[in-house]
Amino acid sequence: MWTWFHKLASPPHFYRIAGLTIPAFSWAAGLLVAAGLYGGLVLAPPDYQQGEGFRIFYVHVPSAILSMFVYATMAIAAAIGLIWRMKLAHAVAAASAPIGAWFTACALATGSIWGKPMWGTWWVWDARLTSELILLFLYLGYLGLRSSFDDLQRADRASAVLAVIGIVNLPVIHYSVVWWNSIHQGSTLLTPGAMPIAMKWPALCMLAGFALFYGAVLFVRLRGEVVRRERSAAWLREVLVK
Amino acid sequence: MTPRQKRIWMVVGIVGGVGLAATLALQAFQDNLMYFQSPTQVLEQPIAGERSFRLGGLVEPGSVTREPGNLEVRFRITDNVEAIEVSYAGLLPDLFREGQGVIVRGKLGADGLFVAEEVLAKHDENYMPPEVAESLRMPPLIKQVEAGGA
Amino acid sequence: MNIAEFLAMGGYAAYVWPAYALVFAVLALNVWAARRSHERALEEARRRLMQEESGR
Repeated sequence: MWTWFHKLASPPHFYRIAGLTIPAFSWAAGLLVAAGLYGGLVLAPPDYQQGEGFRIFYVHVPSAILSMFVYATMAIAAAIGLIWRMKLAHAVAAASAPIGAWFTACALATGSIWGKPMWGTWWVWDARLTSELILLFLYLGYLGLRSSFDDLQRADRASAVLAVIGIVNLPVIHYSVVWWNSIHQGSTLLTPGAMPIAMKWPALCMLAGFALFYGAVLFVRLRGEVVRRERSAAWLREVLVK
Repeated sequence: MTPRQKRIWMVVGIVGGVGLAATLALQAFQDNLMYFQSPTQVLEQPIAGERSFRLGGLVEPGSVTREPGNLEVRFRITDNVEAIEVSYAGLLPDLFREGQGVIVRGKLGADGLFVAEEVLAKHDENYMPPEVAESLRMPPLIKQVEAGGA
Repeated sequence: MNIAEFLAMGGYAAYVWPAYALVFAVLALNVWAARRSHERALEEARRRLMQEESGR
């Protein structure tokens, strides 16, 4: 197990395996998102209160879940990188940040578009909305901090500390709708019976599709990050000749 | 202690420390983070007429009246114990209907009428097709959907 | 199914379609940015190698 792990984590091996798996991830993500789109926009019945307007659910909820999932991945990878001084872990954190930031921006923007007709406002300083905005600032802070270092190793370590600190925000986002009496409703997907299966399956397809999309884009970025961290000229030459 | 163990404790310490600080800060601000007050809370401790605040509760079924000729809407917000009369002139959110949770921002007059500047509608985590809702017999909601569906 | 009715989204077209368009534009942007990041890393590596070789 460990030898397998070390082999996978070795840059040349990882670079090659990642290149081979990206098409599979992309295809699976594309098919799941296409199924989710058709199910969510065409097959799912309208909601009894929001009518067709509830279909924003199918892009808002997966974006929001991914914004948190990507942060959790990034923070755990950063912690592993700090503790075990593992270059590949730092690379995972660095490659995840821009993807997570974009998912967070999507969650905030689609929530805003949804809030206008239904709640009657684009934005309120509700605990859920505010903590999600803080998540966006954490991502941007992480990216800004990284870009302020010329040395990659120092950038990795300093930004990893910030990523680890920010994980405290994740339970706040998740439980904000439970702890505070506010306008954002509770979790539909985690409440049994809150949504019939005819409406739920497209959301699950979209969620799985978005997760695989993250995997595919992460691997593309990771290949670059691995090359940036590689000092072995012999292997780089081999990659670049192709 | 090996350097690696030291680094493990450093990471645990950072997360623990920041987590503790965040918990204490959120505890301290708990009252300010209360987004709205219920009619019972408002009537127990009335807030002076000059200050704007948020009142939240359910739109009392049967209480919504519209003034003919202008946009003014009157309704009562209830927490099933107390109720406060609200007046609002403006466009209502699509989810506004009798029995629905709403949050209104405005000022409470000396006459007990709450003049709202903003009306926000809440909704819960439940979604279902209209037929299912109908079979669960929720007549006021269904009527509203059909009337406002266009 | 009626296309015009589908596009109207029960009166919510002005909210539903921009939300979907935005999310898919961002997904496309992510793919483009990731590819560019990978290519840039390769270019930097090439430059680094050339410097090392000329310095030797």
